[in-house]
Formats: sequence, structure tokens, C-alpha cells
Amino acid sequence: MASKAYLSIESVGVSFSRGAVATEVLRDVSLRVDEGEFVSIIGHSGCGKSTLLNVVAGLVPVTRGAVILDRQAVEAPGPDRAVVFQNHSLLPWLSVYENVKLAVDKVFAGKRSRAERRDWVMHNLALVQMTHARNQRPSEISGGMKQRVGIARALAMEPKVLLLDEPFGALDALTRAHLQDSVMEIHGKLKNTVLMVTHDVDEAALLSDRIVMMTNGPAAHIGEIQPVDLPRPRKRLEIDREPAYLNARHAVIAFLYARHGTVRDAA
Amino acid sequence: MSVPAPKFETVEQVPTPPDVQPTAVVLPLPRKGNGLLRWLGEAARQVASAVIPPVLVLAVLLAVWEMLMAGQTGGLPAPSTIWLESKDLILDPFFDRGGVDKGLFWHVLTSLSRVGVGFSLAAVVGIGLGVLVGVNLWAHRGLDPIFQVLRTVPPLAWLPISLAVFREAQPSALFVIFVTAIWPIVINTAAGVRNLPADYINVSRVLRLSPLEFFFRILLPATTPHVFTGLRIGIGMSWLAIVASEMLLGGVGVGFFIWDQYNSSRISDIVVALLWVGLTGYLLDRMVALLGRLISRGSAA
Repeated sequence: MASKAYLSIESVGVSFSRGAVATEVLRDVSLRVDEGEFVSIIGHSGCGKSTLLNVVAGLVPVTRGAVILDRQAVEAPGPDRAVVFQNHSLLPWLSVYENVKLAVDKVFAGKRSRAERRDWVMHNLALVQMTHARNQRPSEISGGMKQRVGIARALAMEPKVLLLDEPFGALDALTRAHLQDSVMEIHGKLKNTVLMVTHDVDEAALLSDRIVMMTNGPAAHIGEIQPVDLPRPRKRLEIDREPAYLNARHAVIAFLYARHGTVRDAA
Repeated sequence: MSVPAPKFETVEQVPTPPDVQPTAVVLPLPRKGNGLLRWLGEAARQVASAVIPPVLVLAVLLAVWEMLMAGQTGGLPAPSTIWLESKDLILDPFFDRGGVDKGLFWHVLTSLSRVGVGFSLAAVVGIGLGVLVGVNLWAHRGLDPIFQVLRTVPPLAWLPISLAVFREAQPSALFVIFVTAIWPIVINTAAGVRNLPADYINVSRVLRLSPLEFFFRILLPATTPHVFTGLRIGIGMSWLAIVASEMLLGGVGVGFFIWDQYNSSRISDIVVALLWVGLTGYLLDRMVALLGRLISRGSAA
């Protein structure tokens, strides 16, 4: 198939072998994501949704199939697929500013002057409203702020696709809502292509253009894909009565709990 | 999807204002009026609470020691006897009458320079070996059991072997210090490297850091707290080895001084020297700990 999709996951299979025992995590996963699209991957714990994200990131090698981004096969990790990790993974010995600067210096060394790189760091910190804490260390700021800096670091790499690995999973509900709104706002401004792993149905329905539902592992695959036909910019308070939002939300819940409930499947 | 969803139509979202922008409010710490006086009072209180208890306990211990030993001849001299016999040594640590007849300050300084050389070598080799053992699985499997056995060998036991190998006192003494200090440095460094969080490795892979950049920008700072734990134990151990290593060196040095005074039955002088050894060891430990805190910016031991 001549692919026009920006990001294309082609029949990807992943198996891990530990000694003689091989575990098949993903089987025949195919997904196409257009440029500027926001796609969520949802599924029960252990279904391999994070593995799929790591495959796109290049952190986990495929056993079968391929990932193609902007007509190039993904073989290794790189800054064009910036990852926001679940537990922020900021370097604790660097300040907020230096954490972002590390990425900017590495990606834009030789391409931008020192002053331009400094402005770019500050620009991205401003995007996530973290300029005030630029000289603080990760241990001195809250979990939500750390995740903001993690997002700034990823955005600063100017990635072709932004990979979010349960970015708000460790945050309390109110902080999570703030960050979701920030991510929507940034996505509206920059039109990034985003792939987000989540286990939060509301979050997926609020943020995504499409929700990819994974079956339970082992050998997980894509069960269904649910589009969320809501115009952007979306307002949290306005969409939660929209039929498109409620339908999408219901479809995902029906998939996760009625058809792929962990307990029933395991029994 | 055409699935009817009566159950969810009435579900209410938590109402969150969509236009709330998180802002950080930076509150200045409240300034206290009359700052200097308050600060002085607070400082005095802290010093007192740190100094008074050990001073009291020390006084009690000295009193008990005095009572037990007073009037006896031979054995451990009482504090008053030590004061009478070793007054010169206590009051003037800086005298130098030529030869080995020097104040304790000069003995300690000479010993410190030996520990400095032996410990520095141990730090360089130990961190290098530790990184190797931490990074390379085969190096770990091959070397770690050997390290675990060797680290339990006491400093004195290394003495005859190092003499046999080096055939000279000076390098043998340095080797004893080196070999005593190196194991905790190797083992702690290796542990730090092996426990490097997978997240940091992923970050460096996404950024495509070169091996050199990874080493200096991720591995080294991430393992600094572990390395300094090793260095702290190591400097303590190397100071422990000083007496053993100076027994065969002769000349100036606090280890030899103790050995020499023992041979001439001047137990009082030994007690004074022990005090110097203890205080110096304590200062060394505090110095390495402080250095670790400075370098790892507060995240070390």
C-alpha cells in the first residue's frame, strides 16, 4: 500500500524472550495517524499499550512489521519522536531550565546560535507556564509542574510526533485537568501529531481525534477505533453534554468493561 | 457507534472552569524584625544543643576513668596522669626538635599526606573499576565475587604481601592504604551505575547522546551520591590503615609515633595520639561528606 499517512504502524508484532520462554506482547498491530492528529491508545493494564508507544519511540525493537514516520522507517530512538514519560524522568541534578536546555543543545547544536537556543528554551517553558520556576530543581517543584517541564522538554525537540506515556497518570484529578487543558491548548497552537497512552476514558474522549482500544494481552491487538467527532477548540464544560463525546465515551467503556473486562477474560 | 447509552447520559463531569490558567504564586519568606539579634539567639541555641550533651557525657566518662585508675601504677594511666606526663605533647603540637621528635601536628600532617596519595589512587582506580563492573555484565560476574572476598581482608594482613611484592617500605605502606580504601569505592560505584534508573537511559537514547555525553551528563551525576558514599567509607578505612602501614615505615607519622611510644612504654602519649587520630578521621569524613554535598548539589548522603 502506498502510504499517505504521516505515521504508519504496519503489522507490528512484539515478543520478548526471557531464556526459553517467549511472551508475545503485540500481534499484528496496524495504525495510521495523520499529521496533526491526536490519537489516544487505551486498554487495561498490561495490554501492551505502552509497549506500542515505545515501539514508535524506537525504545523497543519490533519483532515483526515496521513503523514508518514521515516516509522513514523507525529503527532507533530519536528526538523526532520525543517522549513524555509517565514519571517525568527529569534529571534531578539539573534545574528546570537546564533540563530543557540539555535537549535543545543536543538537538539544535550547530543549527542555532547560543542566544537562539536560550530563547527557544524559554519559549517552551513559557508554553507550559513554567518560566517562573526555571532555576528550581525537579525536587523543589510539584508533580504537575515536573510533568509540565517534561512536556516542555519534549516540545523543545520539535518532534514530528509527540509521544505521551500516561503523562498525567500520577497526578491528582484537579492537576490532571489543568494539564489536559494545557495540552489541548498547545496542540491547538502547534498542531502537533500526538500519540498518547492513557487508561482514563474521559481524558481520551476529551483530548483525542480518535481513540484506539487495545484488547487484553498477551498478543494484544487493536480491538476497535472510536472517532471523537468534536470541533476544536474543545471546552471541558461544554462538551460533556455533547452526544459525540458521550457516545465515544460510552463506546470505550463498553469495549473495556463489557467485552474485554479483565476478570472475565482471565477466567 | 450506535450503542444506546442511557446510563451515561446523566453522568456529570467534575465542573472545572476551562479557562483557569495555573499560575504560580511566589511568596517571599516572611522577614523577621530585628533579624541579627534573633539569628544570633537561634544560632547560640543550636550550638548549645549540639555541644552541651557531648561535653557533659565526656566529663562523666573522664571522671569515671579517673576514679577507676587513680592511684594505680601500670595499666591505663588516669586522665590526670596523662596530663602530667604528656603536657608538652598536648599543649604544643607544633614543636620540632629535629629528627622524629616533633609535635603531633607534624606527625598527623605526614600521615595525612600518605593517606592523601593512597586514597587518591584508590579513588581513581576504584571509580574506574566500579564503572566497569557496573556497566559490563561479564566484568560484574567475574570480578564482583573476588572483590567481595578481598574487601574483608584486614589492612594488617596485606602488609607482608605488599612488602614481598614491593620490597620497599614506602610503596608498601601506600599500597596498604590503597588496598584498604578501594573496595567500598568500587562496590558503591558499581551499585550506583547498576541502579541507574531506566528513565535516564531512555532520555539519553531519545536525545541520542553519544557514549561520552552519556557518561558525563547522565551516568556521572546520577551516580555521584553512590560514589561519595563509597569515598566516605573509603577515606575512613584508609585512615584506619595508617597505623598498620606506618609500623614499617618509621620516621615521622602518627602511626609510627604510636608504635614508637608503645616500644618505649609511654602509654600517655599514645592516648593523646589516639585523640588526634580520632579527630582527624572525623574531620576527613566530614570533609568528604561536604564535598559530596557540594558536588551533587544536596542529593548525596
